[in-house]
Amino acid sequence: MAFQNSIIWLYFSSPKNFYPLAGKLIPVFAVLAVVLTVIGLYIGFFVAPTDYQQGDSYRIIFIHVPAAWMSMFIYIVMAMYAFVGLVWNIKMSEMMASAMAPTGAMFAFIALWTGALWGKPTWGAYWVWDARLTSELILLFLYIGFMSLESAIDDPRRAARASALIAVVGVVNVPIIYFSVKWWNTLHQGASVSPTMAPKMAAAMLNSMMIMVFAFWMYSIAVVLMRARNIILEREKQTTWVQELVTNKK
Amino acid sequence: MTEPSLITACRSMLARDLVLAMRRRADVLTTLIFFLIVVSLFPLGVGPEIDILREIAPGVIWVAALLASMLSLGRLFSDDYQDGTLEQILLLPHPLAIIVLNKVVAHWLVSGLPLVIFSPLLGMQLGLNAESIGILMVTLILGTPVLSLLGSVGAALTVGLRGGGVLVSLLVLPLYIPVLIFGAGAVESAAAGLGVEAHMSLLGAFLAMSMVMAPWATAAALRISLD
Repeated sequence: MAFQNSIIWLYFSSPKNFYPLAGKLIPVFAVLAVVLTVIGLYIGFFVAPTDYQQGDSYRIIFIHVPAAWMSMFIYIVMAMYAFVGLVWNIKMSEMMASAMAPTGAMFAFIALWTGALWGKPTWGAYWVWDARLTSELILLFLYIGFMSLESAIDDPRRAARASALIAVVGVVNVPIIYFSVKWWNTLHQGASVSPTMAPKMAAAMLNSMMIMVFAFWMYSIAVVLMRARNIILEREKQTTWVQELVTNKK
Repeated sequence: MTEPSLITACRSMLARDLVLAMRRRADVLTTLIFFLIVVSLFPLGVGPEIDILREIAPGVIWVAALLASMLSLGRLFSDDYQDGTLEQILLLPHPLAIIVLNKVVAHWLVSGLPLVIFSPLLGMQLGLNAESIGILMVTLILGTPVLSLLGSVGAALTVGLRGGGVLVSLLVLPLYIPVLIFGAGAVESAAAGLGVEAHMSLLGAFLAMSMVMAPWATAAALRISLD
């Protein structure tokens, strides 16, 4: 076992070792998230110039674009964790996958919601059947499917493995769905507006957006670790270390 | 006693599933009648103008086929699960994915094929011309097996769950979207006088890919569900 312990990520794949590590990391990422959000929003709202075409309404992209990116990125990471959990039977990996789903779903929802708010002044409609909007909506459905399957199964072990499998099936299908929707859209596209933003962005806009992306990253890591800690406590409640931990705290 | 070969196992599996379906003909008919009713509801909701109906016909027929095939997924594994057959199937000395593929083929023969056969009738009701109806049938022949294959993953994951029927729709309907887009799209572009080769090729690609990957995922899902 000494060999295994020498590899650090195998050491932390045990929930018992991961739990304190996550506890130490959460404050770091949480503070970073708050600081970056404040800086990013400050630049976004006070430094970045008003867009000559869209006016001030474009400023929602500082939330919208990072949220959309995160929602896609989290799904891929979630599916990777799910895959690792399925293949190598690593419990911690399954727990991480299920800890990520609610955050990813939330970002997908935020991306859709802010997109609708941005679309009304810009395109004149809250919703258009654009390829990006449609595939983001489908991504939200995939997240919801993952979470519903997990909560429908009582046995936590089976729940984790079943939802892991649907995450992997989903990630194989995501590119197919994305390109299908894109081609469908180009086939049907009438004289509606294109959602692609002006290619040139002021430096302050880009800075603000990138800082917000990092802020959302830090937020996601902090929240996922928190949720993972709760899942560990719940699923490992029969082990002695959890029982000792809980009774000592009281 | 010698073990039956893989070929024998597959053949008897297929025969068994077909015989079971024939003994319970009402189940097969329910799916078909559901399909017919859903399509017939659209003119009542949208109005009887044949031009509008002709325009929406490919989408309506395809969505109805999607729903009908999803509705029939519940039967794919649940009966076998309840009487214990599914556990015996998992114990077979043959690759589970191939056995699963047989079950899916049997399922498609009793739930997908009738939809293909009756689709011209609905196409005529909605005012499609002969050429479009032909295209519609080909897309359904290519597309409905994909629905059964993708659906089998969802059915295997939800086997034995309370409320599995609603859950399975949540799991598989997003995965059905590409088939819907290109199935209905082929008929539409045929009606518009455009080529349908691209749509057909993509549907064929979906079929080939899901035939290779879905049984494998379904087998894994069954092992998880009956762990």
